[in-house]
Amino acid sequence: MVRMAWVAGMKVMIAAASDSSILAFPILTALVLVPLIGAGAVLSFGRYRPEWTKLAALSSSVVTGALSLWVLQAFDPADAGFQFVSKHEWIPAWGISWHLGIDGISLFLVVLTGILFPLVIAGVDPHHDERPYLAWMLILQAGVMGSFVSLDLFLFFVFFEIVLVPMYFLIGGWGYDDRVYAATKFFLFTMAGSAFMLVGIVATALLSRDSVGEVTFDLVALAETGSLSITEGRWLFVAFAVAFAVKVPLFPVHTWLPDAHTQAPTGGSVILAGVLLKMGTYGLLRFGVYLFPEASVWARPALYTLAVIGILYGAIAATMQSDLKRLVAYSSVAHLGFIVLGTFALTDQAITGGVMQMVNHGVSTGALFLLVGMIYERRHTRMIAELRGLQHVAPIFAGFFMVVMLSSIGLPGLNGFVGEFLILIGAFDTARWWVIIGTFGVVLAALYLLWAYQRVFHGEPDEANQGFAELRLREGVLLSVFVAIIVFTGVYPKPMLSRIEPSVAALIEHVESRTDYQRPIQGEAGD
Amino acid sequence: MSNLVWLVPFFPLVGGLILIVAGSRIGEPRAGWLATLMTATSLAVTVAVYFDLLGMPAEERSHVVTLFQWIPVGALQIDFALLADPLSITMALFVTGISSLIHLYAIGYMHGDPKFAKFFLYLNLFVFSMLMLVLGENLLVTFLGWEGVGACSYFLISFWHTRNSAAVAGKKAFVTNRIGDWGVMTAMFVAFSAVGSVSYKAINEAALEGTISQTAISAIALLLFVGACGKSAQLPLYFWLPDAMEGPTPVSALIHAATMVTAGVFLLTRVGPVLTESYAWVPDTIAIVGAATALFAASIAVAQHDIKRVLAYSTVSQLGFMFLAIGSGAYVAAMFHMVTHAFFKALLFLGSGAVIHGMHHEQDMRKMGALRVAMPVTAFTFIIGWLAIAGVPPFAGFWSKDEILLYVYADNRLLYVVGMITALLTAYYMTRQVIMVFFGAARWNDAATEHGAHGDFRPHESPKVMLVPLVVLACLSVAGGAMQLPFSKKLHFLENWLEPVVEEAERSIKGTWAYDNKYVLLIAASLVACTGIALSVAVYAKRRVPTIEPKVLENAWFYDATVARLVGGPGAAVFRGVTNFDARVVDGAVNGAGSLARGVGAQVRRAQSGFVRAYAVIISLGTVALLAWFVWRGWLA
Repeated sequence: MVRMAWVAGMKVMIAAASDSSILAFPILTALVLVPLIGAGAVLSFGRYRPEWTKLAALSSSVVTGALSLWVLQAFDPADAGFQFVSKHEWIPAWGISWHLGIDGISLFLVVLTGILFPLVIAGVDPHHDERPYLAWMLILQAGVMGSFVSLDLFLFFVFFEIVLVPMYFLIGGWGYDDRVYAATKFFLFTMAGSAFMLVGIVATALLSRDSVGEVTFDLVALAETGSLSITEGRWLFVAFAVAFAVKVPLFPVHTWLPDAHTQAPTGGSVILAGVLLKMGTYGLLRFGVYLFPEASVWARPALYTLAVIGILYGAIAATMQSDLKRLVAYSSVAHLGFIVLGTFALTDQAITGGVMQMVNHGVSTGALFLLVGMIYERRHTRMIAELRGLQHVAPIFAGFFMVVMLSSIGLPGLNGFVGEFLILIGAFDTARWWVIIGTFGVVLAALYLLWAYQRVFHGEPDEANQGFAELRLREGVLLSVFVAIIVFTGVYPKPMLSRIEPSVAALIEHVESRTDYQRPIQGEAGD
Repeated sequence: MSNLVWLVPFFPLVGGLILIVAGSRIGEPRAGWLATLMTATSLAVTVAVYFDLLGMPAEERSHVVTLFQWIPVGALQIDFALLADPLSITMALFVTGISSLIHLYAIGYMHGDPKFAKFFLYLNLFVFSMLMLVLGENLLVTFLGWEGVGACSYFLISFWHTRNSAAVAGKKAFVTNRIGDWGVMTAMFVAFSAVGSVSYKAINEAALEGTISQTAISAIALLLFVGACGKSAQLPLYFWLPDAMEGPTPVSALIHAATMVTAGVFLLTRVGPVLTESYAWVPDTIAIVGAATALFAASIAVAQHDIKRVLAYSTVSQLGFMFLAIGSGAYVAAMFHMVTHAFFKALLFLGSGAVIHGMHHEQDMRKMGALRVAMPVTAFTFIIGWLAIAGVPPFAGFWSKDEILLYVYADNRLLYVVGMITALLTAYYMTRQVIMVFFGAARWNDAATEHGAHGDFRPHESPKVMLVPLVVLACLSVAGGAMQLPFSKKLHFLENWLEPVVEEAERSIKGTWAYDNKYVLLIAASLVACTGIALSVAVYAKRRVPTIEPKVLENAWFYDATVARLVGGPGAAVFRGVTNFDARVVDGAVNGAGSLARGVGAQVRRAQSGFVRAYAVIISLGTVALLAWFVWRGWLA
């Protein structure tokens, strides 16, 4: 009965959402609340009706996904500002509000969060304790969604921190042998970073009191009307940047990532790589560059350097890994380095490419983790040395792995290339030597992935790998969604780019109006 | 009709897609026929476009067909656009033509292979990528094809991937090519920065009009040359190509001889004005690298025993010739040699494939001999290929090689000498190959048991489906020279056709000694070819002179081995060092801090286990301390 009522309620919401005359429908609030309601449902009646648990979880995440797709089609590409804004006072005494909104920078991250969760919930089994697993997953989705739509510093912080809890339990409860160590490490690293951010948030609100006229945690008010001294801005930027650098992760605070990724259950790894890391790069853009333009311009050389170190270092470390999952994890360090490079290069192409790469990396690396998870399910090992000749026994499986791998390598025509190319070509004028060195990351990506592919898929399968099962239907359907996105965005990225770009251009204009930074004009550079 | 140029890559793409979906159901041999049909249709469309362009005035022969906006962000506007002009259509003609023949041949060659349909899937995707490469209107569309052919080459080299050497060779090719791709990508960055566009038209015009600095022009030229060195197997990146012979022989013929490896030459021709306007040392560098590669690879080819490796090194050497031409400003000559080389080298590879096929997968020439009796058609066509590559008049290779040497003589006499020595060696090692394979005593019976043959081992001629392409290519190798004959300007058909796009180079050498005495050079080149053949006959047929095949040449000057040792030694050590650094130092510091915190936490709350709590305490304390510091600084007042 409860479920019936709930489904009926959902139907009303969807009906309301698709009726464009009801513009006031708080769709972003719904994006956050629907998974939470789902989690509540799973926890409450799932105890009595275990057979419906998965369906309840799946339907709430599917509804969230559908809502996010509705947002995508209703989004106005010409509008660079925040859309679907919903603003309500929350703690008026402190100037804290429930302020949600999305622009081209957050749009596709919201969509990615919307569609990745139902895929993971439908496609990956936890094997034990399904009910809490699903509840944590849905809480995680709500937290991630909330982080991407918050336009209030305090609210953002709350969501940013909420995300830690379900992820901690997902790794600790459903992970592999070293899960407790990995979960703790993940938690501590991010907490430590968050502490800096909390201080930064409070200090930003208080220090901007005079220029804004009141104490407020509202991002837009602080960014547009607040003014900080150069010193203040730089210190506060560093506080935010530390928190986000851990999340990204940037060298040298990346070491939680390989452990967390390797030990997390497949679903957890997909979400971690797919959307959680993007909270770091998104945060750098939304809260770093937007709030502290002067400091962002000032800190560029340091961040370029860390980003390029990450690109090469991550790739080199990935090459030498003997565990397939750790290899993919280190490749994330390299890929995220590209995004950070693009973010601070402060040109239309580089930032647009960076935003696009956040989504691309989510799709390709998410798919890679799914594939590695499928290998583990069959062989109960992730060690490269124990795998051999899989292409011979499972050619379709190998074919899917190949496409996803080529996307990760950055083959033109697939999604990964568009993002990386835009980042590098856009950053060339502002970060020339870093780009020239960073481009070697593209060479190394081919090295570590092809070498791994050769050892795992090529060769004559030995006895242990003879019985490796071919791709199953459910797995095939799941991966086809990923491959479809990979190919479509690679061949025709324009719908994505045209929605991201106006907001990026507005952000850069914001920086230009507050600093003496000017975008380079290509074609007039001379040499 | 020119507006339909998109149909040229479209058909092989469709073929590839059909084979992805239903390849195994279509099965042998229909999958092969389907793929061949798609490539042949593509050839037909190309021919139609060719005649369409031919019917127009020369200055109008350039059609851009924009399919859609590909990557538009701010000032960067990259279209998914194709360019139909004499240069791209020349490339497309020989690519689709040779591809069709090789598809046909492969139906016979791959007979019985369990992955028959997949082979043609890759082959069709390759043709699609190669056509994108040559038809691209801008550097990025070309790069799409450039990477696509690289990926297909990887699939096809490691086609028999259960064999470890094939798997390794495929990976090696891809990664080495990627080093070159760094150059192409960086060249695009420079072009966008300096010109504001990556379209060929914009870049070439900017170079000609001098609106960008010579430094930027030279950077673009050099970086593209780095890419060309990777794709076209020039020093120092050549070493993937001989290993690429692990792929099935039709692949070696199509990708690693006739088409893909010439992509670098094409790319540099496409941006000819950029090269011309660079600092003078840029084309000089290209010429020197080309000449060095030509000589180096030719010297290795004289001591190889594997029938395909001889041809592989010969390909590297001939590609060096083309770069020598490019560096000397002779773009038309480079294109000319590219096309004739595609004819005779594809012929030689397919011939060697027929030999391997007929010899039950034997590739060692020391176990062959006297095969002309068993395989008359193969032998006859192979001999034509040999005469063409050796530079014997009037076969195709003679004319194109001679044209290159003419320009090189005018440009730099030292490089001319290097070119002549290479030509001599080419005639020598190719004669050696022909003698070892088709003449002399039959040595295959000694090794008969190795082939699983019981009693008598009989090499056999190939089926018709394989022989037809051989005969067609043989005809082209005989007559191909006719497209550009040196006797009068009217007979420069290729140059007249390419002229609106590719700068006519003849002006630049007019008045030099070489130009006035080009018949002397013609005769010198023929003499050199004959000398090479004669020497080889003396050594390998008449046995008058002992063979000179030193180990150092057999092992390719130990270049590959040295690179392998560097990569496996110091290279791997650096990688291991970084990885250990990450595990011990970076992560070690973290875990050290962790245990320290745990120690402190245990003091704070003895009874509690789990360091989450401990760390939370530390963090709260830190937060308080930071806030206190802010307060103390008066910021929060």
